[in-house]
Amino acid sequence: MKKLFFGVLLAGLATGAAAQNIQMTKSGKVSFYSRAKSPEKVEADNNEVSSVLNTQTGDLVFAILLKSFHFERALMEEHFNENYVESNKYPKSTFKGKIVNISSVNFSKDGAYPVTVEGELNLHGVSRQVSYTGSVIIKSGKVNATSRFSIKLKDYNVSIPSLVADKISEDIDVTVDCKYEPKS
Amino acid sequence: MKKYLVLFLLLNLLSPLLRAQDDLMKMLENESKKERKKDYATATFKTTRLINGQSIENVAAGVMDVKISHRFGMVNRGSYESFGLDQATMRMGLDYGISNRLMVGIGRSTYQKQYDAYYKFKILRQSKGGRGSSPISISATSSVMLNTLKWEDPKRQNYYTSRITYAHQLIIARKFSEGLSLQLMPSYVHYNLAQAATDPNDIFALGAGGRIKLSKRLSFNVEYYHVLPISLVEGQDYRLPGTKNSLAVGFDIETGGHVFQLHFTNSTGMTEKTFITETTGDFFKGDIHFGFNLSRVFTIKNKKFRKK
Repeated sequence: MKKLFFGVLLAGLATGAAAQNIQMTKSGKVSFYSRAKSPEKVEADNNEVSSVLNTQTGDLVFAILLKSFHFERALMEEHFNENYVESNKYPKSTFKGKIVNISSVNFSKDGAYPVTVEGELNLHGVSRQVSYTGSVIIKSGKVNATSRFSIKLKDYNVSIPSLVADKISEDIDVTVDCKYEPKS
Repeated sequence: MKKYLVLFLLLNLLSPLLRAQDDLMKMLENESKKERKKDYATATFKTTRLINGQSIENVAAGVMDVKISHRFGMVNRGSYESFGLDQATMRMGLDYGISNRLMVGIGRSTYQKQYDAYYKFKILRQSKGGRGSSPISISATSSVMLNTLKWEDPKRQNYYTSRITYAHQLIIARKFSEGLSLQLMPSYVHYNLAQAATDPNDIFALGAGGRIKLSKRLSFNVEYYHVLPISLVEGQDYRLPGTKNSLAVGFDIETGGHVFQLHFTNSTGMTEKTFITETTGDFFKGDIHFGFNLSRVFTIKNKKFRKK
């Protein structure tokens, strides 16, 4: 019992030490855009994305509140939440993964480092293993991570009624831009 | 001591693996719990009308909603009248969202050649999380209706103001789940001029209604107004002679920017005074109008990435 107590204590110390490598943001930006034939633009911005990056291990997580995506048109926003991503049932989209080549990023030297991220993307109740490329940009000690990729709606069981098929594309372009701060 | 050292080293080696992504996720969750944002109930109903009357919904700021509403004749008039399809009364309306809480609208009805204007204001919005969350939404709406039929007796002294009727309503609504929304509508209608000495100038009613969603884009709606036996003046009736309570059942069908509402109702008019206080049809004897409301929204003012 005593051993266990010490063990827990030490584990606690160990995590405390690791915290220095934690970079965090609560105001990351994720946007998406539907490349459809129709001139009506379907695009939205979310400026309240939270994410944590462990600069030592490369572990990376995102939590995205779907209701925080804002559209130009109120009705699009309502339909996005009600009919497509069903944000009452699935309020969050999450990503849990890793920057696999984290060792190639020199956090103490300015520059843009190409990275590959692998992990599990959860959206609309569906989890999928994904791998995307992006870059980690270091500028005077600040960490900025960006990525641009495309997802298929049917991979996440988001169906588009035939009536609006020409307005919403099956492929959605996603851009991610997060400026991290060291977690105190 | 050696044992502890081994344990310490082991834990140090293991800890990054143990922590990994789930711990980071937990860290995010804890952070977001600290500043839980208020989550407002949205889309309690598909459009600003339940069937005949107002729903708790407003059009968003800068959005214009063109509404065209039809009520055909009564279905029990037989094949000679093509079961009511030979007649129609209609209302053309234009609604506009001034802010996300306040909307205004105007309309013209063929029935009684009415003009009407109204506002609807969101007093309280159903929300959860954060401080001051509310289990219900409350809105206030008032409308003014002007009947422009020719004077019944042009020879006598007629006043313009005697054509005017006002209606005031509170709308109390709750979205119980994705599938079920209900609302109550305490209502008050004031006639500047009553037809007969025994007719009331002030009529009180309680409305109730709701929807059940049958699919993402289809819902079943019910709306009922019960005129209350409250009379402000002795010797006056509490309701207009020969009138019935208004009942309507129907469906909302949503297709992108349009909402179609198809329904059956015993009311002919589409303004508050006409359906709450002047409904003469008996629903259960087949005095039922088939009708529809068509709504098409246009975004007039594009606010780039509007903030809620």
